[in-house]
Amino acid sequence: MSDETAVEETPIEDVAEVDEAREALVATMTEKLSDGIVETFVKPGDDVWIRVSRDAWVETANVLKSEMGFGFFNFLSAIDWKPSPFGRDMDSQVDLAMNPTDETTDVGDAPLETGYAGGDTRFQLFARVNDVTTARAVTIKCDLPDDDLTAPTWIPVYPGANWHEREAAEMFGIEFTGHPNLRKLYLPGEFEGYPMRKDFALLARRIKPWPGIVDVEQMPGEDEDGDASEEGSGA
Amino acid sequence: MILASWLDTVFDSFWGPTVFRSIGGLAAVLLPAGAIVYLYLFKMMSFMQSRLGPTEAGPYGSLQLVAEVGKWLQKEDIFPRKADRIVFAAAPFVVLMSSFLLVLVVPFGPDAWFVNLDTGIYFALAVSSVSVIGILMAGWASASKYSMLGGLRAAAQLIAYELPLVLAVIGVVIQAGTLNMQDIVLAQAEGEIFGWGGIGNPFILTQLLGFFIFMVAMQAELTQPPFDMPVAESEIVTGYMTEYSGIRFLLFFIGEFATAGIFAMIASVLFLGGWWVPGLDPDSNWFNVLGPLVMFAKVIVVTFLIFWFRITYPRFREDQLQKLAWKILIPLSLANIVATGILKVAF
Amino acid sequence: MTSISETEQLRYISQQAADARVNVEIETEGMTLNLGPQHPATHGTLRIIAKLDGEQVVAAEPVMGYMHRGYEKLAEVRTYPQVTTLINRIDWTGSFANETPFILAAEKLMEIEAPPRAQYIRTILHEMSRVANVMLGIGDMGVQVGATTPVFYAFRDREYVLNQIEAVTGGRFHPNFDRIGGLKDDLPAGWIQNTKNAMGKVEEFCDQIEDLMYGNEIFQARTRGIGIIPKDVGLAYGLSGVNIRASGVDWDVRRDALPRGLVYDQVDWKVWTHPDGDCYSRMWVRLQEVREGAKIVTQLLSQIPSGPIMAKVPRIIKVPAGEAFVETENPLGVMGYYVISKGDLNPYRVKIRSASFNNVSITPWLLKGVFVPDIISILGSLYFILGDIDR
Repeated sequence: MSDETAVEETPIEDVAEVDEAREALVATMTEKLSDGIVETFVKPGDDVWIRVSRDAWVETANVLKSEMGFGFFNFLSAIDWKPSPFGRDMDSQVDLAMNPTDETTDVGDAPLETGYAGGDTRFQLFARVNDVTTARAVTIKCDLPDDDLTAPTWIPVYPGANWHEREAAEMFGIEFTGHPNLRKLYLPGEFEGYPMRKDFALLARRIKPWPGIVDVEQMPGEDEDGDASEEGSGA
Repeated sequence: MILASWLDTVFDSFWGPTVFRSIGGLAAVLLPAGAIVYLYLFKMMSFMQSRLGPTEAGPYGSLQLVAEVGKWLQKEDIFPRKADRIVFAAAPFVVLMSSFLLVLVVPFGPDAWFVNLDTGIYFALAVSSVSVIGILMAGWASASKYSMLGGLRAAAQLIAYELPLVLAVIGVVIQAGTLNMQDIVLAQAEGEIFGWGGIGNPFILTQLLGFFIFMVAMQAELTQPPFDMPVAESEIVTGYMTEYSGIRFLLFFIGEFATAGIFAMIASVLFLGGWWVPGLDPDSNWFNVLGPLVMFAKVIVVTFLIFWFRITYPRFREDQLQKLAWKILIPLSLANIVATGILKVAF
Repeated sequence: MTSISETEQLRYISQQAADARVNVEIETEGMTLNLGPQHPATHGTLRIIAKLDGEQVVAAEPVMGYMHRGYEKLAEVRTYPQVTTLINRIDWTGSFANETPFILAAEKLMEIEAPPRAQYIRTILHEMSRVANVMLGIGDMGVQVGATTPVFYAFRDREYVLNQIEAVTGGRFHPNFDRIGGLKDDLPAGWIQNTKNAMGKVEEFCDQIEDLMYGNEIFQARTRGIGIIPKDVGLAYGLSGVNIRASGVDWDVRRDALPRGLVYDQVDWKVWTHPDGDCYSRMWVRLQEVREGAKIVTQLLSQIPSGPIMAKVPRIIKVPAGEAFVETENPLGVMGYYVISKGDLNPYRVKIRSASFNNVSITPWLLKGVFVPDIISILGSLYFILGDIDR
């Protein structure tokens, strides 16, 4: 990485601030679902996120598939927005559970920071469907209240959601009502806990401290404080 | 002189000929089987699949088979817990027995034969079905679903292909006018093709369709690909052999290739003139020595065809195999019989 | 299930049954056959519990998880560069292609772009892993239907491709070569010509295998009309890649939604489709994929621009907060990574959308009413890698 690199590096050109096709998609969806849509987010030139209410979850799929032409089921999964109480499990030096620091004693109480299209609850379903004829795609999100982790199943609309819902069920503990066979998909039948939740400890990291980022080697021909990044050196 | 008189006494007793014939029988079954396995399964298959095959054991890997046999003999002889132990143990012997029974009626020279039955070919086709019993025994007694599927598939297949096999032979029998395998060889040696007797009448020339049907049906009888559904490794693991290991697996293995060799002998007796070669007098005593060698050469040629097909083709599905037998091979062989009969009467 | 797929399925089952059932009056007791997890046909540890009536499948239920390694969880405790080590092992026959979408997603979040030379080499390696992967799939299909020879030819000629991948990345199976902002190394000397020769071998292989396998009557009898996937059913199950193109859906991410950072738009190639949707058409489209792959690589090789192979990236990579989903056309189908970042060293959540998981999820529907040998044909033609299912 010499200095020529910086010269030849092409900056990403500015995409149009308004993405008409995606805005139109959002507009159509808003028209068809009206109350069901909680929030939308369009990243111009990139993607669309639509957050719907749980009651409109299946209706959204129906509208997308039969009226909007999104026939291709891409994936369905869930997100746990609650920060892990164990820290990043990354570098033993700053591991929060091993060495609690004064600033963040209890991450669990920190306010939820959710991603695009927002979110109010800890668990969020998200799914993605594509329209293969026009190569459009949309990501659908749906908040699940903490005390009632259930959602209606997508199987009648997209049969491919079957295994994805089973995976989300065993990994996050979300129950899909109407699912014909909500057994565990990957985990053994007697497995307890929901591994993909942020408060599920990753045992391997608990038992053996991980060397983490302090071991990052220097690039060849680079001196100690060379052109290494400023932001990374603090860790 | 002393040697000759000693030989006379030995051959006049009961044990002399018996021991001699036992050794001959073992040689007739095992030598072609070993040769086939080494030449075709180890070497030719490897060369056709752009690899080398065994190279370490002996010159060009020729002792590999000995090493394999040694390995199998050392392996533990495992019985599944729910297996029917007696039937399970006996099954490989039944399969191998059918190969030994088959070789009985094959003539190797004017006087070099084990049994000279008047209904030789009839006997051969009958005892070839004994192996079905062994395979069914193995499939059922293993107490495994793969084994049972394999056994049932084998039974269905072998019975379906007995019929074209028999019908293909009938053409030869009509032409030769006898069921005796020795006389079939002589009929080819002394026969004439529409009045021309320059090279006798190897029935492959006049019974080409019969030879084709016989080869296809034989491939199926031997459960070699493309007819290897009973042992289809990608579907039912290895079918009826799934639960076998050690010496019992070895017996199945020998049985498979010994039967291939003996069926090739029968094919060469029926269609290629057996121990006889054109241009030589079939009554010559030299044929008692030369005959087995001629026979061996013809076996190698016929088994080459079997293994060539084996290496080239994918596997049929069970119902497609039955369709091939009942809808194509049997009508063809019936037509062949009719044509042969008409021509036989006409000429 | 939708009403359409029900009708389609009933029609399919009745066709199969009418063709096969010798005697409908005989009611036989069903049998449950357990294929796997250590079955020769499942190349990996997929287990299929099939309820049989005779040799006809009444119901089939795949069971998986024997190889589940929890990459989505593990990725949350690793830095972005470390994650590529994990995801190399998802589809282990086309490893480099696994890295591409993740790296592209990280680059998208960081709003950087690899230099043109790196983009070209990345595309070449992506396509070479497709060639290597699909060649194996074609040879493996031969074994599935009982022909032993094609697999040896496939392994023999795949070696030329793997050698070239090894020459540039140092790894035959797990290159771990893609970096955020570029590549680890430049090409070695003489590599371009050698790779062109290797692609020549691949094209020879395609012609040879077309004669040996695709033209074979028995192969056609075993695959034609077996395992038909209608277009809309396949889409609703999320089938992608060759499996959906063989059902007549003309959709290829490489052409229709090419993510920034790959240069498929710079070369001349064709997306092959087949109207039938049966096993044979899947294998046929797969063969054309290999041909197109060799074509793409050969064209790209003569167009590689000179320049650096690494953009200016910080030594310790922190990815700005945001969400990105990048999908690419991988050997087995569409593979995507949904990366959620909170501006940290490690991703907050990575959802791995692997192709085989969706491709195999259609099997309970597809296997109804077929015969035991057809299970094998269908699984072989869907062509999955267990690591890609279990992640």
